[in-house]
Amino acid sequence: MSNSALSKSSVGRKVLMALSGFFLLVFLLQHCTINLLSIISKDLFNEISHFMGTNPVVQIFLQPVLIFGFIFHLGMGIYLEINNKKARNVKYAMNKSAVNSTWMSRNMVITGIMIFLFLGLHFYDFWIPEITTKLVQQDWSGLDASGEFRYWAEVNHKFHDPVRVGIYCLAFVFLALHLLHGFQSAFQSVGFRHRRYTPLIKKLGNIYAILIPALFVVIALAHHFCCCSAASCAP
Amino acid sequence: MAANTGMNLTLKIWRQKDAKSSGKMETYQVRDISDHMSFLEMMDVLNEQLIGEGKEPVAFDHDCREGICGMCSMYINGEAHGPDRGVTTCQLHMRKFKDGDTIYIEPWRATAFPVVKDLVVDRSSFDRVMNAGGFVSVNTSGNAQDANAIPIPKEDADKAFDAATCIGCGACVATCKNASAMLFVSAKVSQLSLLPQGQVEAKDRVQKMVDQMDKEGFGNCTNTGACEVECPKGISLDNIARMNSEYLKASTK
Ligand code: HEM
Ligand code: SF4
Ligand code: FES
Repeated sequence: MSNSALSKSSVGRKVLMALSGFFLLVFLLQHCTINLLSIISKDLFNEISHFMGTNPVVQIFLQPVLIFGFIFHLGMGIYLEINNKKARNVKYAMNKSAVNSTWMSRNMVITGIMIFLFLGLHFYDFWIPEITTKLVQQDWSGLDASGEFRYWAEVNHKFHDPVRVGIYCLAFVFLALHLLHGFQSAFQSVGFRHRRYTPLIKKLGNIYAILIPALFVVIALAHHFCCCSAASCAP
Repeated sequence: MAANTGMNLTLKIWRQKDAKSSGKMETYQVRDISDHMSFLEMMDVLNEQLIGEGKEPVAFDHDCREGICGMCSMYINGEAHGPDRGVTTCQLHMRKFKDGDTIYIEPWRATAFPVVKDLVVDRSSFDRVMNAGGFVSVNTSGNAQDANAIPIPKEDADKAFDAATCIGCGACVATCKNASAMLFVSAKVSQLSLLPQGQVEAKDRVQKMVDQMDKEGFGNCTNTGACEVECPKGISLDNIARMNSEYLKASTK
């Protein structure tokens, strides 16, 4: 049987789901690290943002891969969910699923779709303005009218709006719920299970699932209240 | 059985005339149920009562009544085989319930397990998965060698044995939010592929059994782990990981 069998069987599709999940986990770690810089050092954040925003490898190769990864993960997730609904055509009158499984594990498609909706806002906030500046206005300088790097100021400005901060924080709660199940589930999907390592993976997954979204929340709040430590951070 | 110390229960049971009819939940009262009874004995009491009233008794599957045949498929109060752990419905005691309780009793719900009548479902989809590859076709006629002549690590022998304790009851499918048969199929794949005699055909077997599982219309596993909790035989999720990895290796070779 060839590789194509992977995308045609239930087990294979789950493996692809897990691989796209792993990819998103790595991306998220990278995203979180760079964002963290924005509340540590304005200059460093500006420089890295400029590098990421103008580097051809990132822009021409990694960015499309990332967008594809998200869309694939979403599409496959919804496709599998529809199939799973069909696999039980009559529902139980009484079903106590809470006694044998976690809420997170049963609602991955809901938490996932919430993340996706948030991504819509996130794209509107940051990606669309970036693309407009760079591709429509053909401005790749990364500078604002006063000749300074614009990245940090743009981020900080976005988080002045309390509603936006609220929505972002809520989205990170859904992200945490998604990852509390997803992180360890992905290992099981690719068939990795080990007497000693699986309990460690579960712990690591819990740490990742709480820590990363929590850091994103901290970053959003820090920008809102502008309580960053760096002196260069003043608005 | 002490008189008048029994429980009075309200039963809400799925009644369906045949595979083609649409069914519905019906309510029945049973009185003076002893807490020493098994759940199926309680069902027998109900059926005696229904027959006495000239009504159609509730059809349910059962055979061994001691937890080995896997026939007694009932979804009791929202859980496969009821609220107890590590037991089938026939091993469930009425002492798990209280006087005045309302008990929901439903058939396994899965598109791949169509209802035949009342609580009886057709689980022949499991048989077809087995027929697709759940066997060893090594020719042993007349010259089978002593099993002990092949050295097998104790750990593998134990894992294979544990996997082989699956009785094919279908509680895993019934419980799973996706009606996935991964626990059953992976137990059957594992019990063979862990042993030298089964390894010869391991690659082919895992692909054929997974293909058949998909054809039967079972859902996709999302690792909720509900199956392992509700399985009367404690079949481990380790088997699912093993099957995933075997399948991955077989289809990328
Ligand atoms: C676009 C929004 C998203 C949607 C709609 C979505 C949906 C899903 C669904 C339906 C599953 C399958 C549930 C399961 O198998 O248990 C899943 C699994 C997973 N998701 Fe997401 N997700 C999204 C975003 C993310 C993000 C941002 C990450 C990580 C940073 C992520 C990481 C994972 C992981 C690791 C898994 C486990 C894969 C597995 O079980 O094999 N997802 N997702
Ligand atoms: S794995 Fe457990 S629940 Fe599933 S069929 Fe086998 S014994 Fe029944
Ligand atoms: S009747 Fe055989 S397992 Fe219950």
